[in-house]
This record gives sequence, C-alpha cells and structure tokens, in this order.
Amino acid sequence: MTSILLAILVLGVLGGIFGAILAFASQIFHVEVDPKQEAIRSCLAGANCGGCGYPGCDGYAAAVVAGEAPTNRCVAGGAEAAERIARIMGVDAGTAEKVVAFVPCSGTEGHAEMRFNYSGPVDCRAAMLFGGKSNKTCTFACIGMGNCVKVCQFDAMHIVNGVAKVDRSKCVGCGACADTCPKSIIKMIPESLKVIPACGNKDKGAKVMKMCDFGCIGCMKCQRECPADAIVVKDNLAVVDPEKCVGCGHCADICPRHIINWFDKK
Amino acid sequence: MLTNIISISLGAILINNFIFSQFLGCCPFLGCSSKVETATGMGLAVVFVMGLASAICWVINEYLLVALHLEFLQTLAFILVIAALVQFVEMFLKKSVPSLYSALGIYLPLITTNCAVLGVVLLNVQNNYNFLESLVYGITGGLGFMLAIVLFASVRERIEFSDYPECFEGFPICLVSAALLALAFMGFSGMKIF
Repeated sequence: MTSILLAILVLGVLGGIFGAILAFASQIFHVEVDPKQEAIRSCLAGANCGGCGYPGCDGYAAAVVAGEAPTNRCVAGGAEAAERIARIMGVDAGTAEKVVAFVPCSGTEGHAEMRFNYSGPVDCRAAMLFGGKSNKTCTFACIGMGNCVKVCQFDAMHIVNGVAKVDRSKCVGCGACADTCPKSIIKMIPESLKVIPACGNKDKGAKVMKMCDFGCIGCMKCQRECPADAIVVKDNLAVVDPEKCVGCGHCADICPRHIINWFDKK
Repeated sequence: MLTNIISISLGAILINNFIFSQFLGCCPFLGCSSKVETATGMGLAVVFVMGLASAICWVINEYLLVALHLEFLQTLAFILVIAALVQFVEMFLKKSVPSLYSALGIYLPLITTNCAVLGVVLLNVQNNYNFLESLVYGITGGLGFMLAIVLFASVRERIEFSDYPECFEGFPICLVSAALLALAFMGFSGMKIF
C-alpha cells in the first residue's frame, strides 16, 4: 500500500516540478517576435514551398522584416500577398523599383535561320544538346520551346511565333524564367524602362543580316538620331541608358530592322 | 576504465547500432532520411538529446527511484523526464543559441517520443552503467544513430535517380535498401573488442 502511495506521490511531485520549471522557463526564455513578422507570415501562402529562396515562410518573413528581402518574393501568394506585405512594411511601389522579365529576341518563325530541323522533346534544354547551340543559327536566339512558360506561375509567358513573349501586365518579376532559360537570354529589366531593342546578338552586322531578319546589325542609326543621346551601340548592339531616355519612341520608329520595343506606345 | 569506455563507444556505434541491430528509432530513421542535410540535422539533435537524457535519467534513477525502491516506475518516470527535458532544451536554445535552434529546432519536438532515447536510458539501467558510462553510451548511441541515418539518406538520394520496378516506388524500395544496409552491419555482430 505504501509503495502505491509513494509511487503516486513521486510521479506527481516529479510532474509538478517539471511543469513548474517549464512554465517558469517559458516566461524567462520567451522570445519577442516582431509583430510585423507575424503579420507578414499571415499574408504568405503558408505552404513552405521555398519558392522565395528562403527556408520556409517563417524564414522569408524574418528576412522581409530585416529588410533583406523584397516584398514580392512569395510566388504562391502572388501579387496580392506582395501588396499586403508592402503595406505592412510601409513600402510603396515607388520606392521599390519593379522589374519585369524581357526576352531580347525577335527571331520569329520564318525570319530566323535554322541550323537544322529539330524533332525531339519540346524542351529548350534538349534542343541545346546539339553542340551547345539550339536549332536556330543565332546563338543569342530564343529557342521557343517554352521552358520559361512552364515555370511561370503567373501565366505571364507565352510563345508567340516561336519566341517567348512576356505579358507585362501579369509579370511579377520573380525571375523564375530568367533562372530556367538554358541560354540565359531572359533579362530582368526595370518596368520604367521605356524602350529596349529586342535582340541580344553581339555579332557583326553582316553576319546578323544573314541569320535573322530581325537582328540588331549595329547600324548606329538610333545612336545618331536619339534626341536625348540615351542610346549607345556597344558590341554591335544598341543599349539604352534608362536615366537619359525620355521615352519619345523616335528610335522605335526609325529602326531599319523594326526591333526596338516601345512599351508606352499609345 | 578507458578500455571500458572505448568498448562501450564502438559497441554503441557499430556492433549494437541502435537502428541496425536493436531496431530502435526506426520511425525518424525512415521519416527524416530523404535528404542528407535533414538527416544530419536529425542525427545531431538525437546525439544531443540522448546524451543529455542519459545523464539526467541516471541521476533520477539512482537518487530517486532506486533510493525509494520504486524501480518499477522507471519507464514512466523516464518518459516524463525526457519529454520535459526536450521541451526545456527547445525553449533554452530558442532564446540563447538561435543559430543552433534554427539548425536543430524543428527536429527537437520529433525526438520527444523517439524510442531510441527511451531505449538508451533503459539500457543504461539494465547494463548497470555508472554515470560516465551512461553518458558515453548515450552520446555514442546517438552517433551510431546519426551514422545510420546519414548513410541511409545518401542511399535514398541515389535511389531517386536509379531505375527500379515501379511497384517498389516510395517506402518499399526504402525498406528493402534499409534491410540490405542492416545486413551489412550484421557483419559486426558478435564481435568482442576487449
């Protein structure tokens, strides 16, 4: 009888002591979590998918609070989550420069010379296996098999006439397409950039002329005629200085190859 | 003394490996072994908790249960101690060593009810180990667990890329490979060191 009572007593006291220690410890070792972090955490999708590049949603929320991460990294939460996080952090769209994806290639079907007829898996990486070049002669050309379309979670990428095209109204600037492109031709450009030549070929003009109807030949017409001196031809390719560009669109009008994209065109 | 410690350590790591020859802790062994990185984290957490639990449970057993002739309460009391200990350690790490917490944090609650931890403290009692021997057995038992889970995780990573019958997909192929790995460890069985 006494051993039963003793057993109950010992376990009861042990349990009581441990409980008290834990209760006490939870007070002492309480970690203050920034209320902002919890608020941000509640905006995220909560799937711990790792799409943002941080270990889980908590890791990303902590990084945002610490100011290390931009507010629009939650791919699953989409634009809505980005907006709510931006509101919590007190960042407005003006302070954080929004970037969008851009495919600098205009070599659409029938206009870009082909090296060979490709019939294999519809996958840019597979098409790249032939000597590190794709089926298009131009080494800077978009292969157009749509690996970027597959990774885009916002339906902002589409293949139009054999070249990937970005829907700027849907692009959130996550950069997934730029990461997956096996040729690494997709660029992330500031949304405020008004004009940009849709070609990435750095070969000499005569060579470009042969392989593509819509390649930048480095003729320097845009450089000469730009009223703001914002365009410089470097490595046989027109480069726009976003700080000088006034967005008049003159270059887009006069380009003999018609490859300068003018985003604000009304 | 030293030879005793060495024989306990090698015994716990290789000969009587907790997973491969005592079949303790199989649940986290299968659950946390899909990546080498998580397996390492889990293994470290087990080493930590098994060492600590061995030391504290030895004290509780010697000065409370044995002293009051309540040895039949061992299982119950040890579960209580381990659960409280793990909770306490988790809180302590979160506050004091955040870097260690972020590495081991998510694994700690999982270990609360890991049978390898309870197993090691009960084996300490069964083998009549003294305090130092218990501590060594706890830590090296954890190291044995870590060795097993990291080995198995690397095997599983390779399995991902290999061509096996479709009907074996998922756990079946894992169990088969775990069995083969255990068979390899059987080679150590029956060895006597000193």
